[in-house]
Amino acid sequence: MSTLEIKDLHVSIDTEQGTKEILKGVSLTIKTGQTHAIMGPNGSGKSTLASTIAGHPRYKVTNGTITLDGEDVLAMSVDQRARAGIFLAMQYPVEVPGVSMTNFLRTAKTAIDGEAPKLRTWTKDVKAAMAQLRIDADFAERNVNEGFSGGEKKRVEILQLELFKPKFAILDETDSGLDVDALKVVSEGVNRAHETGNMGTLLITHYTRILRYIKPDFVHVFVDGQVVEEGGPELADRLEDEGYDRYATGAGAATIAAAQA
Amino acid sequence: MTEITTEKARIGAPSAQPFINGFTEEGESLSPINSNASKAPLAGEAVKRHSHGGGVGIPDSSRAGRLTSYNLADFKPLTGLEEDWRFTPLKRLRGLHSEVLAGAAPTVTVSGPEQVTVESVARGDKRIGSAGIPEDRVSANAWENFSEATVLTIPAEFEADTEVTVAIDGTSTAAAAQHLVIVAEKFSKAVVVLNHQGSAVVSENIEIVVEDGANLTVVSLQEWNDDAVHASSQQAKIGRDAKFKHVVVSLGGDLVRVTPSARFTAPGGEAEMFGLYFADAGQHLEQRLFVDHAVANCTSNVLYKGALQGRNAHAVWVGDVLIRKEAEGTDSYEANRNLLLTDGARADSVPNLEIETGLIKGAGHASATGRLDDEHLFYLMARGIPEDVARRLVVRGFLHEIIQQIKVPALEERLTEAVERELAVTNN
Repeated sequence: MSTLEIKDLHVSIDTEQGTKEILKGVSLTIKTGQTHAIMGPNGSGKSTLASTIAGHPRYKVTNGTITLDGEDVLAMSVDQRARAGIFLAMQYPVEVPGVSMTNFLRTAKTAIDGEAPKLRTWTKDVKAAMAQLRIDADFAERNVNEGFSGGEKKRVEILQLELFKPKFAILDETDSGLDVDALKVVSEGVNRAHETGNMGTLLITHYTRILRYIKPDFVHVFVDGQVVEEGGPELADRLEDEGYDRYATGAGAATIAAAQA
Repeated sequence: MTEITTEKARIGAPSAQPFINGFTEEGESLSPINSNASKAPLAGEAVKRHSHGGGVGIPDSSRAGRLTSYNLADFKPLTGLEEDWRFTPLKRLRGLHSEVLAGAAPTVTVSGPEQVTVESVARGDKRIGSAGIPEDRVSANAWENFSEATVLTIPAEFEADTEVTVAIDGTSTAAAAQHLVIVAEKFSKAVVVLNHQGSAVVSENIEIVVEDGANLTVVSLQEWNDDAVHASSQQAKIGRDAKFKHVVVSLGGDLVRVTPSARFTAPGGEAEMFGLYFADAGQHLEQRLFVDHAVANCTSNVLYKGALQGRNAHAVWVGDVLIRKEAEGTDSYEANRNLLLTDGARADSVPNLEIETGLIKGAGHASATGRLDDEHLFYLMARGIPEDVARRLVVRGFLHEIIQQIKVPALEERLTEAVERELAVTNN
C-alpha cells in the first residue's frame, strides 16, 4: 500500500508577461487501489498538476509538498520520480527520432527495475501487451512515437503503463482525441493495470466520457488552480448534466468552504 | 530541433496557359542571362567553357562557373575571403594551400577480393584525370605535387561479396600530396572503404569513375589523430544507369575538409551522399559537396548529420546542387542536420540549390541546427531513464540514421562504437 500525498501545492510558470501562478494551493491524497478523477475546464491547471508531479522543468513549485510514502518527490529528478513509481501518461507524447520503441522500452524497463528484463519473457510480455492494446507488431521497430497518429500515441502510453507497472499512474487527458473504439481499448488497459491492485490512478480529463469505462472512486473539480468541489462518482454524473458553468471563476473557494461547513 | 528552412519544389508539366509574362514552359525566366541564347556566363555553353577550360569563371554567381584547373598557377593564393574558403581557418592548413607538398604521402594498403586490381602508377597514366579536375587551390596543389597514384579497379560485371578496404596511414606531418583513382567498371558492384588513420598533413585527390550500370559505394572514414590536417577532393563521374553511394564519416583530425562531388554524365544515374561528423572541442570538420545534374532523368539524395560538442568545435556543411537546363526529369533532395550538444560549438550550414529547368520531378533542400530537445529528454527521463543515458539514446539515434546506410555490418558496429567513445568524452 502506497500513498501519494500533495499538500497545499502552489505552482508558477514563467511567461513573457512575468511569473504566473497556475496552481493556488492544491491538496490531494491518493492511495494504492484508488482512482481519482480530476475534472475541470480548460486552463484550470489540471495538466499543470500532472506535469508538476512528473517533474517537468517548466513548472516551478513555490509552496507545498508532494510525497510518495513520505519521500520528498520534489527533491527527486524526473528520472528518479519515474523509478520511484510515478508514471505520467502524457497528453502530447513527443516523437523521439532515431530511438526505436524496442530499444526505448527495454532501456526504460531496465532503468525502472534496476536490472535488465529477461529477454525471452520480456519480448513475450511486450508482444502480448501490444496485442491487447491492438498496436501493430511493426510499431516495435519504429522510432518512439514517430509518425504515430494521436490515438496510436495514447495507446503506446498505456502500453508503457502496463509494462512498467508504476505505483501511481497519472493520465493526462489520455481520452482527448480518441474515438470510442480507441477509448475502450485504452480504458481496458488502464483497468487491467488497476486490477493488479498495486496501482493508484490520477485520471485527468475534461470530459466525463472516459468515466463510463474507468470508474473513479473520487472526483475533484478543478477551477482556476484550486479544487472547488470534491465528491464520489455521482459528482461526475452531475457534471455531465450541468457542465462547469456553475463554477464561476473566483467563487471556487467559497463553494468548497460552504461544502465543508 | 528548430526547422530553419525546408522546401520541396515540385514543378511539373507546362502550364495550359503559357502566356504569363516572364514565364516560359520551363518556368520562370527572370532575365535574359538565364537563357541559352545569351552568352552570359550563367548558363548554357558559356558555362561549359568556363568550367572545363581552366579559365576564369564567375565563381560566386553559379556553381557551374567555378574555376577548375589542373594547374596550381591558375588559382590565386588564398586570402580566406573566397566564398569556398570563408569558413576554413587557413592558418591551420599547415601549408596545404601555400607550400610545395613534398612530404611522404600516407601509405596505401588495399585488401579485399583478389579480382580487384591495385596498381601504383606514374603521373602520366591515362586514368589520371578521368573523373576529376581540381576546383580549388589546395586540390590543385596536390595535383601538381603527387608523384605516384594508386589505381583501384573493380572489373566489369564483378560483384564483390566483401568490401575493399583501403588503409591510408599517415606517418608524418610534412605537408604531402596523395592521389587515388577508383574505377568501377561496367555492371560491377562493390563497397570501397577508405580508412584514413594516423597523423598526416595531406591534400588528397580521389577520382571515382562509376561506369555504366555499375553500383559503387565509397565510404571515406576520417579517424585521424588529433594533429592531422586533411583536405580531400573526392570527385565521382557517374555513367548511365549507374548507382553511386558516398558516405563521409569524419571523427578525428584537427582540420578535415572533404569536398565530394557527383557528376552525372548519362541519364538514369543515381547518387546518394551521406555524411556523419562529430566535432569535439577545437576541431574543424568541413564538408562541401556538389551534385551536378548535367543530364536528364537522374536522382540524387543528400543527407549529412553532425553532432558538435565542446568549445570551438566547428562544423561546416555546404551543399551545392545544380540542375542544369538539360537535366529534365531530375529528382533531387539535400538536407543537413546538426545537433549542438554543448555551449561554445558552432555549425555553419549552407544548402544551395540552382535550378535551370522547371521540367523536373522534384528539388528540395533543408537544414536544421538545434540543441538536444528538452522535451525529448523529459519524455525519456519521465520513463526512468537517467539523463546521461537519455542524451546518448537521442544522439546515437540521430547519427545512426547515417551509419545504417553503410550496410557493412562490421563497419557499422565499429562506427557505432566510435560514436559511443565520442559521447563518453563529455558525458553526453
